[in-house]
Amino acid sequence: MTTIAELPPGFADKVLSAQSTFRSVMDAMARPGSVQRIVPMAGAPGPMMRGTAAIALTLFDHDTPLWLDARMAESADVTKWLKFHTGAPVVQDSSIASFALVSNGGALPSFESFALGTSEYPDRSTTVIIQVESLNSGRSFELRGPGIDGVAALQASIKPFDLFERLHMNEALFPRGIDVVLVADDAVVAIPRTTRIVSKGS
Amino acid sequence: MNAPAYNFAYLDEQTKRMIRRAILKAIAIPGYQVPFASREMPMPYGWGTGGVQVTAAILGPQDVLKVIDQGSDDTTNAISIRKFFAKTAGVATTTATDEATVIQTRHRIPETALNENQVLVYQVPIPEPLRFLEPRETETRRMHALAEYGLMHVKLYEDIARFGHIATAYAYPVKVNARYVMDPSPTPKFDNPKMDNCPALQLFGAGREKRIYAIPPYTQVVSLDFEDHPFEPYRFNAPCALCGAENSYLDEIVTDDKGGRMFVCSDTDYCEGRQAAGHHGSLSAAPYREKAQEASNG
Repeated sequence: MTTIAELPPGFADKVLSAQSTFRSVMDAMARPGSVQRIVPMAGAPGPMMRGTAAIALTLFDHDTPLWLDARMAESADVTKWLKFHTGAPVVQDSSIASFALVSNGGALPSFESFALGTSEYPDRSTTVIIQVESLNSGRSFELRGPGIDGVAALQASIKPFDLFERLHMNEALFPRGIDVVLVADDAVVAIPRTTRIVSKGS
Repeated sequence: MNAPAYNFAYLDEQTKRMIRRAILKAIAIPGYQVPFASREMPMPYGWGTGGVQVTAAILGPQDVLKVIDQGSDDTTNAISIRKFFAKTAGVATTTATDEATVIQTRHRIPETALNENQVLVYQVPIPEPLRFLEPRETETRRMHALAEYGLMHVKLYEDIARFGHIATAYAYPVKVNARYVMDPSPTPKFDNPKMDNCPALQLFGAGREKRIYAIPPYTQVVSLDFEDHPFEPYRFNAPCALCGAENSYLDEIVTDDKGGRMFVCSDTDYCEGRQAAGHHGSLSAAPYREKAQEASNG
């Protein structure tokens, strides 16, 4: 059994670390495709990357139901760490989750299983945080939309391979939709529901 | 008693998390008003409680804060909010637009062009552009859901029918990213074109009405109009009496009870910057006149 003393630590400085992490995520969301760095570091349990852990400490609390993919949910280290540091309830029903944490993108369920918001309240949707292999090498993508001056280029090595094709559903759904945050170690890229992506091959 | 009595930037961490989540959703859905659990702040509603909460949630120790009230850095509201954050967050403050990383504003957009490293935070009294046309929140929410904005066009049309032109001079409705009709807060319509394709992130906070909304950088913002009555920004047809600027937004100042008046830049930083660079207007203070006289006397 893991005791609290054996859990990986949270932020050394809760207030300023959360602020700095939030600004990185906010900049990522405001400028889709741009790679932002998360500077403050906390301990990261099991399959959770450092960037994901910092985002969890910054945005999760008792008001945000969480959905964990199988690999995250199976790790007692992850669930205990989340419970101790954030207090966020873990739910089985992904359609009521505020955030979803996905460490194995290959097994990402259909986006339809998450909350997409309603036409009246499109903000009541799940933000899906997906851990990926790399956000600076791999296939090339072109992004367009609000927050982007013309075209933004992104090189990323991600699973599922058809992630961006699957996000095309955001086009028809808008203003409902799914916002995705990609994390690779301490790098973060956000793909809000307004972003349109074209694959340029590898 | 010298120990800080408040958390960094006043708000507690749980409140900041809640506001931060709302800001992320607001950025993801440009122009959509995200409800948030607005807190009581140590200032009355109407004095920028929404803007203050947004600023408190994003502000960090590295930031340089500028606060303007109707373009001015020197009015009560601007000074007290600037001091509030200097005290509770210890951040550096400035009046220079180009030095600031976070600019909180009441009813103006600075004349100096904003850049990618800046965030503009608006104080918003009534976030719902349709509110004076339809008082029921359930109805306005449905109108936004269906993008049913005919009523707003009827309002602008009635302006034309009554006055011969669109008489709405401030809080002029805009459409963001070709979807949501949004209230730009009571900025003069002169400022509307600055919101379009702006390199800076724009965040809007309405404290009493409990709404946060946003315009991401480089996002299309179109002022509503008609083909035969296109949108036109308005300014008084005069140069600034202090700096001579021909393209800035002007305040009219009554100088006596005999009809005397002067027009000066509403953006004090812009005006002072121009004066420091040697520009002057018809009513510039004495040193400039003397300098001008010296110059003409050779």
